[in-house]
Amino acid sequence: MSNSPIVSRLILAVVALAAPAVAFADELNMRVGVTEISREVYDLHMLIFWICVVIGVVVFGVMFWSIVHHRRAAGYEPASFHENTKIEIAWTVGPLLILIAMAVPATEVLVKMYDTGGEDMTVEVRGYQWKWQYKYLDDDFNETFAFMSNMKTSQDEIYERANKGEHYLLDVDNPLVIPTNRKVRFLLTANDVIHAWWVPDFGIKRDAIPGIINELWAIVPEPGIYRGQCTELCGKDHGFMPVVVQVLDEADYDVWYGEQLQAAQARKAALSKTFTPEELMAEGEAVYGTYCVACHQPAGQGIPPVYPALAGSPKVTGDQGDQIQILWEGVPGSAMQSFASQLDAAQIAAVVHYTRNSWGNSVGDVTQPRDVVEWSEGSQE
Amino acid sequence: MSAVIESHDDHHDHGPAKGLARWLFTTNHKDIGTLYLWFSFAMLLIGGTMALIIRAELFQPGLQFVNPEFFNQMTTNHGLIMVFGAIMPAFVGLANWLVPMMVGAPDMALPRMNNLSFWILPFAFGMMISTLFMEGGGPNFGWTFYAPLSTTYAPDSVTFFIFAVHMMGASSIMGSINIIATILNMRAPGMTLMQMPLFVWTWLITAYLLIAVMPVLAGAVTMMLFDIHFGTSFFNAAGGGDPVMFQHIFWFFGHPEVYIMILPAFGIVSHIIPTFARKQLFGYDSMVYAVASIAFLSFIVWAHHMFTVGMPLAGQLFFMYATMLIAIPTGVKVFNWISTMWRGSMTFETPMLFAIAFVVLFTIGGFSGLMLAITPADYQYHDTYFVVAHFHYVLVPGALFSIIAAVYYWLPKWCGNMYDERLGKLHFWLSFIGVNVTFFPQHFSGLAGMPRRIPDYALQFADFNMISSVGAFIFGFSQLLFMYVVIHAIRSGKQATGRVWEGAHGLEWTLPSPAPYHSFTHPPKVTAADAHG
Repeated sequence: MSNSPIVSRLILAVVALAAPAVAFADELNMRVGVTEISREVYDLHMLIFWICVVIGVVVFGVMFWSIVHHRRAAGYEPASFHENTKIEIAWTVGPLLILIAMAVPATEVLVKMYDTGGEDMTVEVRGYQWKWQYKYLDDDFNETFAFMSNMKTSQDEIYERANKGEHYLLDVDNPLVIPTNRKVRFLLTANDVIHAWWVPDFGIKRDAIPGIINELWAIVPEPGIYRGQCTELCGKDHGFMPVVVQVLDEADYDVWYGEQLQAAQARKAALSKTFTPEELMAEGEAVYGTYCVACHQPAGQGIPPVYPALAGSPKVTGDQGDQIQILWEGVPGSAMQSFASQLDAAQIAAVVHYTRNSWGNSVGDVTQPRDVVEWSEGSQE
Repeated sequence: MSAVIESHDDHHDHGPAKGLARWLFTTNHKDIGTLYLWFSFAMLLIGGTMALIIRAELFQPGLQFVNPEFFNQMTTNHGLIMVFGAIMPAFVGLANWLVPMMVGAPDMALPRMNNLSFWILPFAFGMMISTLFMEGGGPNFGWTFYAPLSTTYAPDSVTFFIFAVHMMGASSIMGSINIIATILNMRAPGMTLMQMPLFVWTWLITAYLLIAVMPVLAGAVTMMLFDIHFGTSFFNAAGGGDPVMFQHIFWFFGHPEVYIMILPAFGIVSHIIPTFARKQLFGYDSMVYAVASIAFLSFIVWAHHMFTVGMPLAGQLFFMYATMLIAIPTGVKVFNWISTMWRGSMTFETPMLFAIAFVVLFTIGGFSGLMLAITPADYQYHDTYFVVAHFHYVLVPGALFSIIAAVYYWLPKWCGNMYDERLGKLHFWLSFIGVNVTFFPQHFSGLAGMPRRIPDYALQFADFNMISSVGAFIFGFSQLLFMYVVIHAIRSGKQATGRVWEGAHGLEWTLPSPAPYHSFTHPPKVTAADAHG
């Protein structure tokens, strides 16, 4: 045996594929999932699968029997029959009946999936290039608090400079948190292009489309962490926007929810605070590493011409207000989006300060949260 | 009218022009068929190289060879080139060679337009491929180019892509008009519609589908052009437009389009199986009706590509039921082929091997298609590798295998020489193994949850991706063997007889091999045995 991990894995994989004993192991089939809906979908999938297997065995069986027996090498003389109305009617009506037998349970499950009413709580799921935002809505659909959910896997892991973690590409900084046994309704939309939000273990997937709000729901009986991915091509980092949902026991969830409300208050208070340049650099570097690095690259060199460099850019080293405007409003017609709904003023201030004073940029000024707040208030007058 | 015919008679014995001029200015259906076929083979190799770049990157988790930007350009261009550059022109090339000979006509009805519809294509694809070398890169939004990714968020080169699609559409529409005009007006006396060979029938229906839907595609890309350059908001939600409308328009073109790529294949297989089973096609009439039914259904199932966009329940149910119905005429076709083989006297030359593989593997693609039709289950399959496996099963061992089978089957008639049977069979087995090793594991990675169009994947998908990549390289390089077999046959194969295959029926086999540059200048007498066989 070779020591090379590639070769040994390849051999293992071939053995796994060939061994019928593992033919229905987990990674070969659809996940059963944890919700009532996901189980019904799985049963439907298996029903259709077995019907196809039976039809396939019969049809291919007849064909291969014929190939073995009705060959000239075996001395078989050709018959000359053709057309038989009875048989032709049978092989038209027979499949129709099988299809009806499939359509009945499929319709039942679909009707159930469309029953989005009677929810206990509502979360808005909003797709951005290339991350998700989760907004918790109160009973009047007003936002109580919201956060972004970014992939946690590092560029080093992706580019083979570091070992890949256990949940490679499927780990986020802030998962969506929901309680067990409550009917959670998800409202899906997007800010830029079309994304799709999928949690395989819940049996739910729907497109998140700018300008349109789609609905999904789930009742999850078991706590745990459930992972999925964006499933609609949404640009460069489509492969790097995982969906992670953490399901907590109802009591734990209520505690978490209270903490989040408090943290939201604290973040509001931070907007009037004055930070030291060191604090701003540290926070700015963290924000940059999460929100900016995919396009503008670790050393601010960008990927011209689509994603411009920030190092040495006159837009970064020029007027502070103009740079805040770019972050706040985005650049229409380009991939630079508006961050006004993703970052708060303290985060925008920090990342503006960081970019103006990194990679050879040395403007030397300090950007405080109030600069951003004042700019945004000024821009709305 | 008679004056025209006489002036033709004066030049009766002229052969092909010499040198490059022969190919640039030719109006001969056989020359133009040859151009189409070599062009599509070149596109197959270019699109195939892109597929191998994709599979090389996906061999292991992590990014080793390309960045995500370029990966998206590869998936997009692979799809566009294979659909519009390889499969469709190959079928048009086969139609050019075969339709006039099968209906007993001297040439296509509109020979000069025939020349034009071919010579547009190299420019269209030259322009599209050149975008890969432009600033900002080429199309990177998937072959389905959903707005707004393909409009507001597209690279600047999208305008060239739009213009290239317009040119491809113009070429297809002209080709279709030509095929319809030839079939409806130039059949030999006595050949009624219900006596036409099935390849002619399937192409007649395909040509109508093309004329119906290519203008829809042209409309979609024109609206994109206006959104990008002239400030309209057809697909821009912020301006009151609707991104979902783009998908409805695209798939109203797109679903008939996928049948455009399979109906002529049905025709080809319906010629090859009776020949090598030495037995008449079981149900000619029902085959014609089945193709017509599939063509009709193709117009009312488009939204099954869009089950996740959030349609109302009634819409989902309609599209689910309509989609399931396609299984019935498709089943009729498969049952017909098997009944034709039943109690025949079969031999297994290379075209027959590809045709049998077509029946089996296309049916497997049909089964996964039926599973995808079940809306609740589709939510789990949608946009995963299960879909990738499904459409590659119907397009590679489906459409592509039928084209390869057709080349092996009719090549002796075209060039007058037999191909090397031993190498042909080797090509078959390498392709058969390669295609299954590539695409079968993709069912599993899709069910396990791997989304399509991603340059990198989570660790649990590693094994199947590695197998798939190995298969892709086997399949890709076997096609070079195909090229060798064909060139070898043209240059130094042994002389073929006129009939070529003892069980072959149809007017094309009444001509000598190679078929003369001008055939059927006088309409042949159609006998029942030489019509559809």
